[in-house]
Amino acid sequence: MKDISINELKNKATEMRMKVIDMIYKAQSGHPGGSLSAADFVTACYFKYMNVDPKNPQWADRDRMVLSKGHVCPIQYACLATLGYFPEEVLDTLRKEGSPLQGHPSMIKCPGIDISTGSLGQGMACAAGMALGGKMNKKDYKVFCVLGDGEAQEGIIWEAANTANKYKLDNFIVFVDENNLQLDGTCDEVMPNGDLGEKFKAFGWDVFYINGNDMEEVCDAIDKCYAAQNGNPKAIIGKTVKGKGVSFMENQVGWHGVAPNDEQYAQAMAELKAQLI
Amino acid sequence: MSELKKIPTRNGFGEEIVAVGKDNPDVVVLDIDIGKSCKTQDFRKELPDQYINVGIAEQNGAAVAAGLATCGKIPFVVTYAAFGSMRICEMIRQEICYTNLNVKIACSHGGFTPANDGASHQAIEDMGILRTLPNMTVMMPADYNQAKKLVRAAAENYGPMYLRFTRDAMEQVYGPEVEFEIGKAYQLQDGKDVAIIANGDTVCLAIKAAKILEEKGISARVLDMHTIKPLDVDAVKACVNDIGKIVTVEDHNIINGLGSAVCEVVAEMGKGKVKRVGIQDQFGESAPYERLLAKNGITVEDIVAEAEKLQ
Repeated sequence: MKDISINELKNKATEMRMKVIDMIYKAQSGHPGGSLSAADFVTACYFKYMNVDPKNPQWADRDRMVLSKGHVCPIQYACLATLGYFPEEVLDTLRKEGSPLQGHPSMIKCPGIDISTGSLGQGMACAAGMALGGKMNKKDYKVFCVLGDGEAQEGIIWEAANTANKYKLDNFIVFVDENNLQLDGTCDEVMPNGDLGEKFKAFGWDVFYINGNDMEEVCDAIDKCYAAQNGNPKAIIGKTVKGKGVSFMENQVGWHGVAPNDEQYAQAMAELKAQLI
Repeated sequence: MSELKKIPTRNGFGEEIVAVGKDNPDVVVLDIDIGKSCKTQDFRKELPDQYINVGIAEQNGAAVAAGLATCGKIPFVVTYAAFGSMRICEMIRQEICYTNLNVKIACSHGGFTPANDGASHQAIEDMGILRTLPNMTVMMPADYNQAKKLVRAAAENYGPMYLRFTRDAMEQVYGPEVEFEIGKAYQLQDGKDVAIIANGDTVCLAIKAAKILEEKGISARVLDMHTIKPLDVDAVKACVNDIGKIVTVEDHNIINGLGSAVCEVVAEMGKGKVKRVGIQDQFGESAPYERLLAKNGITVEDIVAEAEKLQ
């Protein structure tokens, strides 16, 4: 764990959001909405909690990060570049031919990606496998996983939840990015999730409800996950705002998978810059 | 072929996986509840620390195996062929093949061998489906001893692999001393008038057909194509160049299996003739295994007849 203040982390999250907007603008393709809603959790993990070595991405003892909602990979790419897994200018190649930064993350092409995702639901089960592998190999690393609330409609999520409970994967921390928006509309319209926390509790998980865009609450929840080595896997249900940080993207289903134009880009970057403390 | 008793090839898997697991502690069996039926109960008993059972959750099982493989494990995902190829097809594609992880899908109940279970359990499309996935190796051993050899080879060679075993007992074709290489056809006998290329449970039929053909004055080369991907292209080309007439035999849909793979090579060569013996693009039913094969023209007599047509 690194010694970094909440305010520093908040600024890091803002910087990461700017990199997300910048790379999606340059690619003119990508998913800004979910990348921005998950930004605070992913930033906290990479810049405070995760024990990783950018020079040795395959280090067997490292903490893992799996974006089960793989389409929000721009936020992960921003973190990886900032930590030095690859040069910053690589961010400009997002979604371009020959780039390690595929539209959905590829472990084969990009250093620091622990498993390829993109087909919803599967990442969480893979992450459970990594947490199980940690237990079997008697390693004490953590596996972080970012799950979409729309994604929780996939049946495999609950199969993986069973597995994590049976094998007492208390090294497994799942952040549910509950922004209540999915591609076709609100989750409530498309397929109501009900209380996702209650569902995880019923599967034997420890559950923490937070504002997932409040850095203090994010860190507090992760601290609680670290403290509770009780055999239970951990779910952090983070209420978030899709598009968080850019006024015209916030809570807009239309910003799921669209790139900003010149004007929107300038406005988004200006708004984010103003949020730096 | 000997007078030895018949043994299901799933038994060869069940026995060898224990030996392989003892030799390499990274080998993991990941069951999806049907371990008893797929013969992993000895592994479960003898190597409990290398044993996982995720319950009746195939899709999760495949993805958990991928996660384990990223941690250096060599998971064998164990289920029936129908589920191990189709229920989890996309997990295999996305998390095992695209990632090129060292996961083995080891499936019992291949082809018509789960005969009286009916069509739901008879995997007739599996090898063809998995053959289309990049990075995947697809194999079906002919008998107990070959099953053991291929299971060990799967554990010792890197990459995604699919192994298909039989529920029903199969005649023994090979002694325990015979060695096999993944991706290399095994020539059981040479001949000059026709080549019979078979795999899995139909290899013993091919051998019997060759004997009858011999009595009729037709000399047959018999190849066991235990690996349909990567296909032993050189062996197929040699059949075309040396003989020019090929009969393929498989307990699999006639579309996209061994016969199709062989035809792809032959068609590109622009010469040679092929007759395909296999399941006639129709579902099975609850019936004796031999009856199901017979209804699809997969018998010794059918193989003989197809070979004669080519003469």
